[in-house]
Amino acid sequence: MEHPNLNYIDELSGDNLEFKTKLIGILKNELPKEVKDYSEQMGNANFYQASQLVHKLKHKISILGLEKSYYIAEEYEVNLKNNSTNLDADFKNILKIMQEFVNCL
Amino acid sequence: MNCIIIDDEEMARAIMTQKISLYQELKLIQEFPNAIQAIKFLNHNEVDLIFLDIHMPDFTGFDFIQSLKNPPKVILVTSDKNFAFEAFEYECIVDYLVKPITEDRFQKAIQKASSNKNTFKATEIKPIIEDNVNEFYINIDRRLIKIDIASINIVEAKGDYIHIKTENKNYIVHSTLKKIEDKLSKDLFLKVHRSFIINTNKIIDIKDNSVLIAKDVIPVSRANRPELMKRLNLL
Repeated sequence: MEHPNLNYIDELSGDNLEFKTKLIGILKNELPKEVKDYSEQMGNANFYQASQLVHKLKHKISILGLEKSYYIAEEYEVNLKNNSTNLDADFKNILKIMQEFVNCL
Repeated sequence: MNCIIIDDEEMARAIMTQKISLYQELKLIQEFPNAIQAIKFLNHNEVDLIFLDIHMPDFTGFDFIQSLKNPPKVILVTSDKNFAFEAFEYECIVDYLVKPITEDRFQKAIQKASSNKNTFKATEIKPIIEDNVNEFYINIDRRLIKIDIASINIVEAKGDYIHIKTENKNYIVHSTLKKIEDKLSKDLFLKVHRSFIINTNKIIDIKDNSVLIAKDVIPVSRANRPELMKRLNLL
């Protein structure tokens, strides 16, 4: 399984540590909210709404350099739009890895 | 150029703000977490360029553009690669950026927006569609995929998307039933329900208020049933 990294954020920030701190702060704040919203929609079997949150989370997946996970999320988003939860376990695992990484920042 | 950002994701707004700050020709006036707030702002203010997310709750980027009488230049910013086809239909859209945005790609988008020409390739694509009435193209993962119109069994509306089912393959595309209806032959296709267009040549049987096409049972609304019955070559 691939590991998250801050390469994109580092590249964006350059020497601007203030901006880097700001982005990490947003990540720490926004990611748990999006994961919570996603879990709630899945809990209520609102798969279409859940797919919208997967779509949103894809940006953070790519920001954290999870290239393979991004493709899984893309496929999972389409599955949810078709009322299929196939790849649900894989996506949960991606979220878990991201959260663990972000919590340590 | 005075510009604004519309994106429901704070992270995306922060990244875009940073990128804009690196360009002297760009002046960020304001950022908005939703399109409604931006519309209110634009009722009293003029801008030259909008960085617009497509996927937003309640009001999508495309809804937003349609709500403006004279939209300024727009650079679409999205995590979805499948909207390019729809984006071709809007003259105001000068470029289409897929998140995460690279510096090189952002720079090209700004160059396009700065020039007077609309360099988005809409005009290169449209003739393909108009000249070949037997097929049209959909955008999936940055590839334009040809769909043979006669091979389509049904088209189903699913929220912001349409589900195109052909003889061999199914596709999900960000579009509306109305848009695809305009591209389909009226002789061959019929809207039988608010969410379904069917290829009438593919009907296997009709029972009560539904038709069978391949393995799909498609509902037929009462209002559309007379037109469907007219199309049938009854003994």
